[in-house]
Amino acid sequence: MLLITCPHCGPRAELEFSYGGEAHIARPIDPTGLDDEAWATFLYKRSNPKGVHAERWRHLHGCGRFFNVLRDTISDTIVTTYPAGQPRPALPSDGKENAR
Amino acid sequence: MSGRFRTPSGGRVDRRRTIRFTFDGKSYQGFEGDTLASALLANGVHLVGRSFKYHRPRGIVTAGSDEPNALVGVGVDDAHYTPNLRATQVEIYDGLVAESQNRWPSLNFDVGAVNEVFAPFLSAGFYYKTFMWPRAAWAKLYEPLIRRAAGLGRAPEQPDADRYTQVYAHCDVLIVGAGPAGLAAALATSASGAKVFVCDEQAEMGGSLLAEKTAVIDGLLAADWTAKALADLAARTNVTLMPRTTAFGWYPHNFLGLCERITDHVAKADPKLPRERLWQVRAKEVVLATGALERPLVFPDNDRPGIMMAEAARIYANRFGVKPGDKALIFTACDSAYRAALDLKAAGVAIAAIADLRAAPGGLWVDRARAAGIDVRAATVVTGTSGRLRIDSVSLAKLGPDGRTGASETIACDLLLMSGGFTPSVHLFSQSRGKLVYDEALQAYLPGASVERERSVGACRGISDLDTVLNDGAAGGSGAAQAAGFAGALGGTFAVHTDSVGTDGFIGVTPHGGHPSKTRAWIDFQNDVTAKDVKLAIREGFRSIEHVKRYTTTGMATDQGKTSNMNALGLVSETLQIPVPQVGLTTFRPPYTPTTFGIFAGQSRGDLFDPLRQTPIHDWAVAQGAVFEDVSLWKRAHYFPRAGEDMHAAVARECKATRQAVGIFDATTLGKIEVVGKDAAELMNRMYTNAWTKLEPGRLRYGVMLREDGFVMDDGVVGRMAPDRFHITTTTGGAPRVLAMMEDYIQTEWPDLDVWLTSTTEEWAVIAVQGPLARKVLEPLVEDIDLSREAMPHMSVREGKICGVPTRLFRVSFTGELGFEVNVPAGYGRAVWEAIFAAGKPYGITPYGTETMHVLRAEKGFIIVGQETDGTVTPDDAGLSWAIGKAKKDFVGKRSLARPAMTASDRKQLVGLLTVNPKTVLEEGAQIVADPAQPIPMTMLGHVTSSYWSTTLDRSIALALVRGGRARIGERLSVPMPDGPITVELVEPIFYDPKGARLDA
Repeated sequence: MLLITCPHCGPRAELEFSYGGEAHIARPIDPTGLDDEAWATFLYKRSNPKGVHAERWRHLHGCGRFFNVLRDTISDTIVTTYPAGQPRPALPSDGKENAR
Repeated sequence: MSGRFRTPSGGRVDRRRTIRFTFDGKSYQGFEGDTLASALLANGVHLVGRSFKYHRPRGIVTAGSDEPNALVGVGVDDAHYTPNLRATQVEIYDGLVAESQNRWPSLNFDVGAVNEVFAPFLSAGFYYKTFMWPRAAWAKLYEPLIRRAAGLGRAPEQPDADRYTQVYAHCDVLIVGAGPAGLAAALATSASGAKVFVCDEQAEMGGSLLAEKTAVIDGLLAADWTAKALADLAARTNVTLMPRTTAFGWYPHNFLGLCERITDHVAKADPKLPRERLWQVRAKEVVLATGALERPLVFPDNDRPGIMMAEAARIYANRFGVKPGDKALIFTACDSAYRAALDLKAAGVAIAAIADLRAAPGGLWVDRARAAGIDVRAATVVTGTSGRLRIDSVSLAKLGPDGRTGASETIACDLLLMSGGFTPSVHLFSQSRGKLVYDEALQAYLPGASVERERSVGACRGISDLDTVLNDGAAGGSGAAQAAGFAGALGGTFAVHTDSVGTDGFIGVTPHGGHPSKTRAWIDFQNDVTAKDVKLAIREGFRSIEHVKRYTTTGMATDQGKTSNMNALGLVSETLQIPVPQVGLTTFRPPYTPTTFGIFAGQSRGDLFDPLRQTPIHDWAVAQGAVFEDVSLWKRAHYFPRAGEDMHAAVARECKATRQAVGIFDATTLGKIEVVGKDAAELMNRMYTNAWTKLEPGRLRYGVMLREDGFVMDDGVVGRMAPDRFHITTTTGGAPRVLAMMEDYIQTEWPDLDVWLTSTTEEWAVIAVQGPLARKVLEPLVEDIDLSREAMPHMSVREGKICGVPTRLFRVSFTGELGFEVNVPAGYGRAVWEAIFAAGKPYGITPYGTETMHVLRAEKGFIIVGQETDGTVTPDDAGLSWAIGKAKKDFVGKRSLARPAMTASDRKQLVGLLTVNPKTVLEEGAQIVADPAQPIPMTMLGHVTSSYWSTTLDRSIALALVRGGRARIGERLSVPMPDGPITVELVEPIFYDPKGARLDA
């Protein structure tokens, strides 16, 4: 069971949270302006990386707030967590091609 | 007296306390502190089971949790029975009842041993090859036969009478294993003040120190030092000692599963205590001090009772005061067996000889053995054994420098001890996803780079001598304390007097000169896998150990190959002439040892299996004799049978009463969300397909909610209570996901909206009063609300009082009749319900359940989300286009509705079905086809989503989703069933009062 640090409440066990899919996929401001391909990409295409993944979690059985997590999908290590709406933090390994 | 093989003195058993127990119906005696294995050995019993496949007689091989053979069933009756327990871990108590497994009619004479005759046909992968034809025979004949013939214990058929509990715990440092390394680590790390848990799978902590007779630590004999260390630790308030506790699994982020056995060793347990406790421990740092396991040697017929590990024999002699035999022969590839031989000799066991695989064994231990008069034979191997139910002789042969064996000599003995060296226990480290590294010198996999916050100390990382083990433990313990943020932990060093037994060993199959196809040398005792099987797998082309494992099943038994994996690797490596690391290593998985289902279930059994939700009116329904059904976690009244009524009769009566007079229904389970704020209407516009801006306060609207992919997610009636306040209702099971989705959009997409959501499902009791007389029933009960047709039309909501209690009174109908839904604070729900019921008595008010609710709504063609929809249904498919606010620029799911696939004309659409024979009621889920004579697989056009007998219409009705259904109305299609096809006619999905006149009454 993962240990997840809610940016608002601190470290808590995974069972207090619900998973919310990949982070930083904003709903288009004007969906009608998008062609089918672009809309389908928004709906369905996800990066599914082997390595650090930015994802949304909600502290469902706690403060109830959504926030973002950088998690390494290989080791399950949580690199950092940050409130919803903040940009993805830069990592030392960024820039190297798929560091892992 | 507890058996002829008990030494006159010595050992850690309490000789003043005799314990009586039975094994296979026969009574035996042992001492307190004995395991079942040690007590049986004290009575000269080696034969304790039959092997998995060949039903070979098998004896006790080890003294610990790695035991592959001695699996027993324990328990006085079926409700307390546990199969497949290792006799080496079962502590005896007065009245213990144990039995052997996998034998019939008796352990000494087992009919299944006939499998031995067929052994040539039972080679690796035999079940893939032999039982291929005819195909039908597999399920009916072969599989049941094989399952009966091959096997371990029997599963008890009674429910488990014991209780199990679960605990969460946090600590700074968790130490797994309380042998010398673990104890040294615990002393060091706890000195820092860190909160420390120490768990050990054995009843007594101390590990290998408990069998140590001569070593001296800091001036104390090992046993005294251990007692002092444990007393020191027990006195420290920051230390929790957990004996009989197996760390069985490692889960992400230093989360470990521990199983504590609490009452299994007690004759009369305190009934307040659970049998076992699951500890779910989150540790800042973990210290693995899991030790090492002795490896068997693989030689012909190495599986007879009376053949055991040398170190195990030493443990039985030193720790339990038991001689495992009268005359032992020892076969070894390392020095530790010499130490065992000397200790056994001291205990009174005659040592026939030590056969040493090594060409020129020498050094302290060999010299000591020779000085003690033991016949030490270098470069000597065991080429065979004999004895049916117990070994009676061993054949030895000289091993030439060319690897060939010379003439064999037979030596009589009743005990053959073997030692191929030690394998570090890296199971938990591997579970933690740490990388294992092969050490050529030790011929062992050792912990490499860590993934979790842990460290290994002592024998589990290849360190074997007591002084270095203790110092390594202390260093690891202080390191863990520092890593957990506690300074001042002192590693310290220990002054130890002991003699090294070195690190020699052997993996693979020892040379034996026997005919390759006629000799059987066991690698995996528990799954009955021989060297021959592994070689066959390699001949047939298997290369990776992962494939060899699955084909031969080596290492796949309940012991997960604790004693066998390295020998299998060694054999594959030798046969393929490739280095061991290239053969690969199979994955270690939890649990380390088999674990009861009980601890995982914990208290979640029976009524506590799932949370239970009941409405305030629940007890009233129980008193009325309602039959309940589960709807998500809710208990809902399904129908209210009167004396002599079945469900059909009750539902028919309830439907008729509601259509003709008045019915009362508990709708409390509807999900409810209060939406409040300046931007409440804006949020509603974005979340629901409907337009909300122009909905006046005091009005209701049926709302449809889509997911962003355009499919129907939920529906419900929404009331506008004020310009900035909405009262949403959702489906019974849908409230949490609706709230979660709305929260998601508010928090992450539109944080600028000034709007707040509150779950009010539990706040309101909802009493539906439905039927032409509903107004008459309610009118006398309400204050400040005009219920008249003109003042309160269909789809309106009023606030006021009913029975003196505040209410939000909805005029709404899910039945097609004049109807109201009375929302009152949940605490008043029962009282208001009873008041309405009493007021309705003169009008024949009838309580109805969910079945009648379903029938009535289906007669009206009202859909139920989750029944008419399945996550692939658009609003248009469900006939809900009218509920889409066409003028709205955007709402969740709108853009998806414009995708080509969503507008195709052949989508499955909601229709009504009428069977040509009105008495036939279709089965929900049945498929619909055009031509029932078409060969299978037929072209499926759709399926039945709802189907009922309608008393109102005196015929069956059904709803269905059918490809291009709306254009097919008037057509006839078929529903193929086992008894033949049923012809149906497609109709509009509304069967009763299509104009809705009754709603507006």
